[in-house]
Amino acid sequence: MIHILEKYSKAFGVSGHEEDIRRRIEESVRDHVDSLSTDFMGNLYAHKPCGRKNAPHLLLVAHMDEVGLLINGVESNGMLRFVPVGGVDPRLLVSKRVILGKERVPGVIGAKPIHLQSRDEWKSPIPLSGLYIDIGASDEKEAAAKVPPGTAGTFHTFFEAQEDVVFGKAFDDRAGCALITELLMTEEDESYPVDITAVFTVQEEVGLRGASLLAERVRPDFVIAFEGTTAGDVPRDDYASPSTEMRKGPAISFMDRTAIGSPRLIEHLKKTAEKNKIPFQMKKTVSGGTDIGVIHTKGGIPSVVVSVPVRYIHAPRGILAVEDYKNTIRLAKAALMNFKEVL
Amino acid sequence: MKTEDMLKALTEAPGISGAEDDVAHLLRNYFARLADEATIDKFQNVIGVKKGRTSGGKVMMAAHIDQIGFLVKTFDKGGFIRLAAVGGHDPRVLPGQSVVIYGKEQVKGIIGTTPPHLQKPGDTAKITSLDDLYVDTGLDETTLKNKVRVGDPVLFDNVCTELQGGLYAGAAMDNRAGVLVLLETLKILEKMRHDWDVYMVGTVQEEVGTRGAAMTAYEIAPDVGIAIDVTFGDFPGIPERDTAKLGKGGAVAIGPNFHPALTEKLMELAQEWEVPFQKEFIPRPGGTDAVSMQIAARGVPMVQVSIPLRYMHTTVETLDLKDIKRAARLLALFAAQLEQAHREVLG
Amino acid sequence: MKALLKKVVETFGPSGREDAIRQLLLDEIKPYVDRTFIDNMGNLHAVKEGKGARVMVAAHMDEIGFVVTHIDEKGFLRISPVGGVAPVRCLYQRVLLENGARGVVGVESVKNPNDIDFSKLYVDIGARDEKEARKLAQEGLFGAFLNEMTEMNGLITAKSLDDRVGCVIAVEAARQLKKSPNEIHFVFTVQEEVGLRGAIAAAYNIEPDLGIALDVTGTGDTPDAPKMPMKLREGVAVKIKDNSLLVPRRVKDFFMRVAEKNKITYQPEILTFGGTDAGAINLSRSGVLAGCLSIPTRYIHSVSETASLSDIEEAIKLLVKILESDVKKELED
Repeated sequence: MIHILEKYSKAFGVSGHEEDIRRRIEESVRDHVDSLSTDFMGNLYAHKPCGRKNAPHLLLVAHMDEVGLLINGVESNGMLRFVPVGGVDPRLLVSKRVILGKERVPGVIGAKPIHLQSRDEWKSPIPLSGLYIDIGASDEKEAAAKVPPGTAGTFHTFFEAQEDVVFGKAFDDRAGCALITELLMTEEDESYPVDITAVFTVQEEVGLRGASLLAERVRPDFVIAFEGTTAGDVPRDDYASPSTEMRKGPAISFMDRTAIGSPRLIEHLKKTAEKNKIPFQMKKTVSGGTDIGVIHTKGGIPSVVVSVPVRYIHAPRGILAVEDYKNTIRLAKAALMNFKEVL
Repeated sequence: MKTEDMLKALTEAPGISGAEDDVAHLLRNYFARLADEATIDKFQNVIGVKKGRTSGGKVMMAAHIDQIGFLVKTFDKGGFIRLAAVGGHDPRVLPGQSVVIYGKEQVKGIIGTTPPHLQKPGDTAKITSLDDLYVDTGLDETTLKNKVRVGDPVLFDNVCTELQGGLYAGAAMDNRAGVLVLLETLKILEKMRHDWDVYMVGTVQEEVGTRGAAMTAYEIAPDVGIAIDVTFGDFPGIPERDTAKLGKGGAVAIGPNFHPALTEKLMELAQEWEVPFQKEFIPRPGGTDAVSMQIAARGVPMVQVSIPLRYMHTTVETLDLKDIKRAARLLALFAAQLEQAHREVLG
Repeated sequence: MKALLKKVVETFGPSGREDAIRQLLLDEIKPYVDRTFIDNMGNLHAVKEGKGARVMVAAHMDEIGFVVTHIDEKGFLRISPVGGVAPVRCLYQRVLLENGARGVVGVESVKNPNDIDFSKLYVDIGARDEKEARKLAQEGLFGAFLNEMTEMNGLITAKSLDDRVGCVIAVEAARQLKKSPNEIHFVFTVQEEVGLRGAIAAAYNIEPDLGIALDVTGTGDTPDAPKMPMKLREGVAVKIKDNSLLVPRRVKDFFMRVAEKNKITYQPEILTFGGTDAGAINLSRSGVLAGCLSIPTRYIHSVSETASLSDIEEAIKLLVKILESDVKKELED
């Protein structure tokens, strides 16, 4: 079941450059939906109507894009200048391998060795102005020919399974994309009592840009976002909330910076979980935001966010528990199957 | 035994200071194919001997086989691991790094950081010291403790990556690059006639105090010693005079740690045979095996050649393979006529 | 053992002035070994002959202290540290000079306590002026701190557990040792605190096959302590690493094997600072396999170093069993 998660995690798709991940999603969902379409920005729409009259229309969203970097200059010595795309903690950039552009050119983000730093330099993180990407080019001409400014790059990260967890990049939000894919892959004899429009959005990480088109283009009755969200059950200050915790099941948000979850939908999810004995947790912070922020205010569409807990989102490599991923699929599927309870 | 393949194998073989077994065995196997004798001593120093025509003297070429890393120090509640440093680390390159713990089995992990959403304003201006960093394996505490114990080595999860123009990047180029120079030198010596016995030594524990070099130099008591290491490669923000350029050959060291006349001979040879090289000025002994070798037992006259390396002590140390080949050529030529050079300057 | 420990910790012996403690240890260990001698550095050697591996057991006799560098016009003695002495740990402590004079450490008033360094400290020996002071003391006299050993709930606290506890473990092991195939050199070293100097000399002369240092180590079990795995009452600590030594795998595995076989309580040790005689032995000549058995101790280099009696007992047991093993065989690859 995690092979889709693996496929999506490995795909290339920095905000604004989502072609590769979109293609892989299309491949996977094509045979399970009635129609697929894209808009000019790159959002991918998958339609799965249920064929029943007056069925409620559900919008399921997950974003395809990942945080990464963008090349914005070339130095005379062949080193590349770059800016981060999306909320990457700049302290995580140094000493990492990256992959650039369609040709997947390997590069490294290096740093001045500690032996040559002054005492003052030791005290603070290396500013972005002190970081370069080195692809081994000997001069500006060679570098610009191989990786022209405007090229996007991702961290070069391996996907790996270890006991009951997986490591990989971009679980925020390839986990959400994989989840929706699994939901769409119903058996012959299974069908939801709702019309589903699944939209895999672009450019969420740079301001919910792709989703901003959806309010006009899709007129759902309900919207559910699937995310990979912060699992902060790691060493931290006493009294600090972990937000979500690994191995405690899917996390339901009661509120974040962009929306307050619909109590009706939250109640439905909780009841569904309890009835089916699926572990779940509430997300214990109100930080972060989702595509719902720019969708739900139009007409006031009831919404909720369901997330898989992920450690180290927005970092080169994250960790998630396979049981959390599977339980999120179980919960979502069951909640869709008995959606009548909501009405 | 292609150079690129050996570089990859050497940099990907684990060998933290104090537990160099894997890379030591790899190197011993290479020495067995390229030299006359190959042994590993009780500290994992690897010694390969290529006998000369006259065995009139001994030259010892040393490159350290150990790499920096960490040891599992303590377990926090929840199974998070705190690390003890082995060798010098810049804590700023640690957050978000993938690591491998060598316990009963290999366990993968990530050096963990506070997620952006949970950070307080001003956090991004702070560095987290090693004491406050931890390794997250994703495993629960019980499963983890069945596989990992206090004292187990922790190394960066390393892949040797080929960049443009024959440049390679990865962890442990410091000093597997130096080790590769030893092997490349042996390949060339194969085709030359040299008089003195050449001792190729892969030393241990350089990163914690050049200890393997002290032990082996005492044991071998060579007439001349050559240390091979890496030096700071060019990078924006570092004055050119403090670095060596990638692609312009090995850097010959000049300073009190090195015998001036022998060093002069080395550079004359490079010029004569058109081997590109650079100069590096080191005002006080320190930082490489040469510091221990020079004062071992009765003392050993030293020279040193270093491979320019960008981003030292990170996971993306970068070098130009050509520089390794040039250094090897120079050292093979030097070894071949050492008997004469030694006679001339040390009588 | 407690009575011996009390005598030993309370004896004067800063680095460079180990005579008194050396005599005491010589008297204690003589009955249990074949021969004793003192080398040129002042190390006390106690040798148990044998045909097997040559094992050097090192415990340092010297304690931290200070030396009188000059006497000011008011009759106060100015001092410099001997070994790693933190100024703030000296404040108001009672001291003994090698000539028997007693004093108290005082400090000049400072605006900021962080400015206290040795230049601000002095020893008050009660002299009315410089002339009287010179009758009681001179430049170049060595001194040490005074404190008596006491017990608290199964722990003992005293000055100089570092490394008199190691010395006592060595003596007790010599006493309890039954049969051993090895040639054992119990060496009570000098000047460890100023650079492992006694051990460097001793190891060079002995050329052992295995070195075992006995010393104290820190703990991670007090409020806001540096994170280290050692705790009081969890047994003898088998060293994995400190700043002077990466214990070779076969040595630490050997020690841990012996502990497990004999059901001796032990714990792993990673000390993130400091070094021991084992580091000096390790680097001797062509290199010597060396390890260390340590006593977890709180407040090291203070007058109230605190350790657990049970940990000390386990250390003695483990050392005895190690020395009774066929060391040559155990260290084979």
